[in-house]
Order: sequence, then structure tokens, then C-alpha cells
Amino acid sequence: MQVIFDNLPVYWTGFLVTLQLTLVGAVFATVIGVVIAVFRISPVASLRGFATVYTEIVRCTPLTLVMFFCAIVLPILGVDFPYLSFALIALSVYTSPFVAEALRSGINGVALGQAEAARSLGLGFGQTVGHIVFPQAIRMTIPPLINVFIALTKNTSIAGAFYVTELFGVGRALVNANGNAVIAVLLGVAFFYLVITVPLGQVAAHLERKVAVTR
Amino acid sequence: MSGSAVLFDAPGPKARRLSRILSIVGIVAIAAGLAWVVMTLAAPRPSSGGVILPGMFDPIRWDIFSEAIVWESIGRATIATLQAAGISAVGAVILGVILSILRTAANPLVRIPTTVLIEFFRGMPVLLMMLFILLVFSTGALWAVVSALIVYNGTLIGEALRAGIASLPKGQREAGLSLGLSPLRTRLLIEFPQAFRQMLPIIIAQLVVLLKDTSLGYIVGYPELLRQTTNYLANFYGNRYMFSLFFVALAIYLTINLLLSWLARWVARSEERKRAGAKRKSDKTILDSTKAASLQAEASGSGGIGGL
Repeated sequence: MQVIFDNLPVYWTGFLVTLQLTLVGAVFATVIGVVIAVFRISPVASLRGFATVYTEIVRCTPLTLVMFFCAIVLPILGVDFPYLSFALIALSVYTSPFVAEALRSGINGVALGQAEAARSLGLGFGQTVGHIVFPQAIRMTIPPLINVFIALTKNTSIAGAFYVTELFGVGRALVNANGNAVIAVLLGVAFFYLVITVPLGQVAAHLERKVAVTR
Repeated sequence: MSGSAVLFDAPGPKARRLSRILSIVGIVAIAAGLAWVVMTLAAPRPSSGGVILPGMFDPIRWDIFSEAIVWESIGRATIATLQAAGISAVGAVILGVILSILRTAANPLVRIPTTVLIEFFRGMPVLLMMLFILLVFSTGALWAVVSALIVYNGTLIGEALRAGIASLPKGQREAGLSLGLSPLRTRLLIEFPQAFRQMLPIIIAQLVVLLKDTSLGYIVGYPELLRQTTNYLANFYGNRYMFSLFFVALAIYLTINLLLSWLARWVARSEERKRAGAKRKSDKTILDSTKAASLQAEASGSGGIGGL
């Protein structure tokens, strides 16, 4: 136990990097995810096809390979960033199709009659989507989205294996330095992950219950 | 909202032409982007020592693939990946079944510790668990990978099954109990088969995630596909093959995972069809709950329950 308190500042820096990866990754993943989701329901066939292929391919590639891709192929393409940025790119790209799918299924979950009713009242496309469909879709979307972000938090640990000193990387370094207290060191790392994921999970469960009641 | 045509008027000839033009512009833009990537990769580039390195598609980077022994070793690595995934898939489903029963137990002395345990393992990165098992129990890489995947995915599958049980209509349990079955037998014989069928798409999707996560073996030193190709083979034959070996590993992963997720979708669809067939005779509440579950499955995508 003493190891954890002795190394609290080290843990803290790792925790901040993990938090940074999670937050920035979530923002970028959401941006890419929204674009992909819009492409997927757009009337332009080629964009729809592109979005479908992108979703399928990225979803079926392990994150380790995406990271690896960013680390060895992007430098050849002339993108020369520090490892932290590569990890961010990999995490955002990997998470984006899951965000897009959550958004799309939220929209699919709104009953067709809602839009039909809105249209028959004379609302246009923007009004139908903005006032009727979207407010209902967002309720269905937020719990799965939070789940996606919880997964993102856990996935940031893979960046630790690619030279980013976030929590997992810190944990590995501390394990090497304190070979006699491996259990305590790793439980400390686990605790910091749980600090992020458990409250998020509670929020998601709470919202899910709330949505279920109102429906 | 599957028919998004409701959202706007049917496009007239002008709108259709516009959409066709946009479509072509889109294709050209995407093709140009891809072409740029391929060209840049194929172009020879100067290295730091002033030596010109051949492009990524130069035969010099691909000639090892004419040797049978390379394919043999890649094949072995693929089998190692599938082996880790197979063992953990079986273990995870079994653990999930046990956890879902314990989690829904009537006795709080069983239920509450299980809940805490599930929350604990659900919120942790698999990679951390692998490292923990590897260092603390010194099991060797294969069993570190496998047991971490079993524990992690087992909790997720357990939660999915619990949600499946919770979404069943109350009458199912009441009917079982009133027939004189014990609570455990009611759970196992009446509720469980229904919950399992309902959650099958989610469970298969979670198994795709599990297969992807075997690639974490790369980090803890299990000689699975990625480590075998980009580390061992690339070290043995020289780093200039790194790109092509990575590319082959990527292609193999994609093939396996695409097939699996296609299977998941097929199962989901055939379940749906079965339900549509049963619609005429079955009662409505079951249909509603299964529909909600399949919607939820769709919403969480193959990510499922926070576990992508």
C-alpha cells in the first residue's frame, strides 16, 4: 500500500494523461462519428457507401492494429507527430464507428409514425428532424454513447503500450521499479481507472432507467 | 425511422440529378484520397542516412511471401490467435451464465458481492488484467491473455444475460413457480433459455470484441498474429518487411472478424424472422420485450455494454 502513496504524484500525472486521452478522444470520435452517421443516412449514394465500408472495416480492426498503423504507416505518409497524438488519432478513429452506430440506431429507434405525424401537420424536413425526431433520438442515444465512452476510457490503456505515459504506462514503469509490490501497484492503477468508469456507468444506468420510464 | 423518405418530399428530377452529381463528386474525392495514400506509400523515400528506401509496394518488400515457411509461421500464429479466442469464448460464456445466475439470486449475501465483483471487473481495462495475471500468477502469456479475456467478457456477457432475464415478462417466472419448480429450476429451465436466445446477437458481438482483444497478446508477449508478424518475422527477415507483414496480419484479422460479425448479423436476422413467424400465435408482451432487447443490441452495436 505504501507504494501507492509514495508514488501518488506519478499516478496523478498518468491519470491526467488518461483523462486527456479520454476527453479529447471522445470529442474527436464524436465529430468523426457524427459525420459518418450523416453520411450513412444521406441521400448521396457514394457517401453512404463510403460510410458503410469505413464502419465495417474500422469496427473489425483491433485497436492494437489501429495504433500500430498510426505508428508505422502515418510517418510514411508524412504525418510526423509525437506518440500522444498518434494515440489520440488511433483512439478517435477506432471509437468513431461505434459513435456513428449509436447515433444511427437512436434515429432508427424513433417510431415512423412520429415523423409521419409531423409531416402531416405540415412541418418541413428541418422542423421534423429538429423538433420531433432528434429530441426523441437523443434520449435513446445517450446511454449507449456513454457506454462507448466508458469503453474508450478503458481502451486508452493500449496507448500505454505505445510509448504514451498514461496510467497503464505508469503502472508498467512502477512495476519494474517496485518488483516486490506488484499487486499494490496494479491495484492502484485499477483504482484510478475505476474512478472514471464506475461513475460514468452509474450515470448511464440512471439515464437508461429514466428514458425507460418516460417511454 | 428506417424509411427516412418520410422526412422529406420524394426527390424530383432536379434533386435526383443533383444527388447523382454529388455522388460522382464524392466517388472522385474518395478515390483521389485513396490514390494519394497508395502513391505516397509506393513512392521511394530518402531515409536519414541519405539512402533511398524503396516504396512500400516494391517487390523487395514482398518477396518473403513466396516462401512457404513464412506462410506456415503466419498460419501458426493465426491458429494461436484463434486458439486464445476459442478458449476464452467458451470460458466467457460459461462464466457469464454463472454470474448472471448469481447476480439475480434471491439471497443478498450472494447477490451483493457478485454485483460488486462485476462492477469492479467491468470498469477495468483488459490489458491491465492481463498484466496483473501475468505478473502476479506468473501463468505464462497464453493463460494471462485467456483468463483476463474470460473474466472481462464473462462479466459483460453475464450483464447481458441478466438484462435478458429482466426483460422477460413476469408471468414466465410465475408460471414456472406455480407448476412447482424450484426457483433455481425455474431460472434454468424457463427463464434462461429465453434470455439466452434473446441476447444471442449481443453475445456473438461480444465474442467479436473478444477476438479483437486477443491482439492485446502483442503487448503481454503472447505470440499471436500481430506479434508473430510485426515482431518475430520482421526481426528475422529484416525491418523492411514490417509494412508488408503488418498488412498481411491486418488482412487476416479483417477477414476473420468480418465473417464473424456477418454471422452475428445473420443470427440476429434469423431470430427476427422466427419472431415474426411466432407473432401470430405468441402473446404480445414477449414480442415487445424482445423487440426492445434487439433495439438495445442494435444501439450498443458490436460495442455492447461498454465493452468494445
